[in-house]
Amino acid sequence: MLALLAARFSSVDLADDCVQDALVQAVETWSDQGIPANPASWLYTVAHNRIIDRLRRDATARRRLQAAAPELTTMAFDNAAEQEEVPIVEAREVGDEQLRLMLLCCHPALDRDTQIALTLRLVGGLTTPEIAAAFLVAEATLAQRIVRAKRKIRDARIPLSIPAELDERVDALLTVLYLVFNEGYLARGGSPDAVRVSLADEALRLTGLAIELLPGPSPARAEAEALLALELYHRSRLETRLDGAGDIVLLADQDRSRWNGALIAQANGILKRVLGTGPAGQYQLQALIASQHANAVTSADTDWITIAALYEQLMRVAGSPVVALNHAVAVSMADGPRAGLALLDELATPLENYHLYWASRGELLARTASRDLAREAFTRARALTANPAEQRHLDRRIAGV
Amino acid sequence: MQYMLIIAQPPSEPFVPGAPGFDESVQAWGDFTRDIMQSGVLVSGASLQPTTTATTVKFVDNATSLVDGPFAETKEAFAGYYLINVDDLDAALAWAKKLPVGDGSVEVRPVAMMPDADGNPVDVN
Repeated sequence: MLALLAARFSSVDLADDCVQDALVQAVETWSDQGIPANPASWLYTVAHNRIIDRLRRDATARRRLQAAAPELTTMAFDNAAEQEEVPIVEAREVGDEQLRLMLLCCHPALDRDTQIALTLRLVGGLTTPEIAAAFLVAEATLAQRIVRAKRKIRDARIPLSIPAELDERVDALLTVLYLVFNEGYLARGGSPDAVRVSLADEALRLTGLAIELLPGPSPARAEAEALLALELYHRSRLETRLDGAGDIVLLADQDRSRWNGALIAQANGILKRVLGTGPAGQYQLQALIASQHANAVTSADTDWITIAALYEQLMRVAGSPVVALNHAVAVSMADGPRAGLALLDELATPLENYHLYWASRGELLARTASRDLAREAFTRARALTANPAEQRHLDRRIAGV
Repeated sequence: MQYMLIIAQPPSEPFVPGAPGFDESVQAWGDFTRDIMQSGVLVSGASLQPTTTATTVKFVDNATSLVDGPFAETKEAFAGYYLINVDDLDAALAWAKKLPVGDGSVEVRPVAMMPDADGNPVDVN
């Protein structure tokens, strides 16, 4: 609805305000008179009329303003006059507008934090306080970020369009969706409370929506589907990541009977459909790795040789020191800790300040019975993480070796 | 909508005929300029002499003083600009990415006001 109104009146800002107004009015009217037969159409009509009202009310003032200070007039006024009747809305049109809005929110001319905030606010419909709470930033900071972004969209005229080079823009969209998911899944700031679980679920919903909206089949859509599978695999074990006391439970020690089999089956189905439809992108490879874990009956059944090979492919498609770290860990499981440690040595410089580098190094050293070195590595990892659950986990490892 | 493509490059030795890469550079900038003129979007453009020729007028409490050099000693200095008239930011960014800058940056900014023939400020967008 927001997407449609934003496109019709060329103003995300105005449309957003008026949809909020309509929602407030709905709460009042519906609790009085009951829910109307078609709530969506009711909301659309109210929001639409609200925009027209506002534009009309401002018209005289605007005309005066336009003469005096032309830079203050917005584009919204120009095409509003003839938009008075509620148009008949085609399902496909709504879909296209929604995709446009998603791509606008993730426009590369906006910085990453802004893309995330806008996507959750305008596509996800989360409130500013909800987003601020989820990302542990001050509400005023986040509100400011959103205002600034809306102003830039209007003043620099960032278009609400589906670009020709769609793949590149979808990459940015998928990155944002996966970051939102991870923020919920990893609970960087502390324990996974309700806010964070719902953030992961919101990312799942938006990933599903993006798939529906993307024209397909295409490499971009295949990657979106692979991302959904990846998120489902992670989601299936979200509740087993921490124990009752809020302490981290490693993958190998998680109670697999509590993993959500329905979500794993859904992810398996998606992945099977996407496999082989084109060259494997980074999300497809990550989903394949996650599927190896999710489908292993016990930790000992994990096919580490396949996983190491998948990480090797991932390094070629989307290489980074963190991917190389995961590859080294997989190699240590397939070929032994010394093979893994040899690979870790090459990563010491880029990952010097990454706590998981030192935690992984500690685990491998512990397996070679180098206790002092292992304790040293765990101690470095402990100093580099701010997450209380990770700190407790590392304290136990330091004491345990 | 008018946008200025503001080009910033590392201050370099004076680029003279015969210097390595001089001919290629002249060719690339010439090609770009012809392209953008033929497309009909170019409003104006200029390339500046190196920052070694710059003199800066500083204003403090309405008093002026002169500084020998550019307004900020930075790794990249303002080197030139193209002013173009296109539909939206995506179109402006597409032109910016085609600039044969080599090393440097291009800031893309919408124009706010321009003077008309009588010197009155006008919203050009």
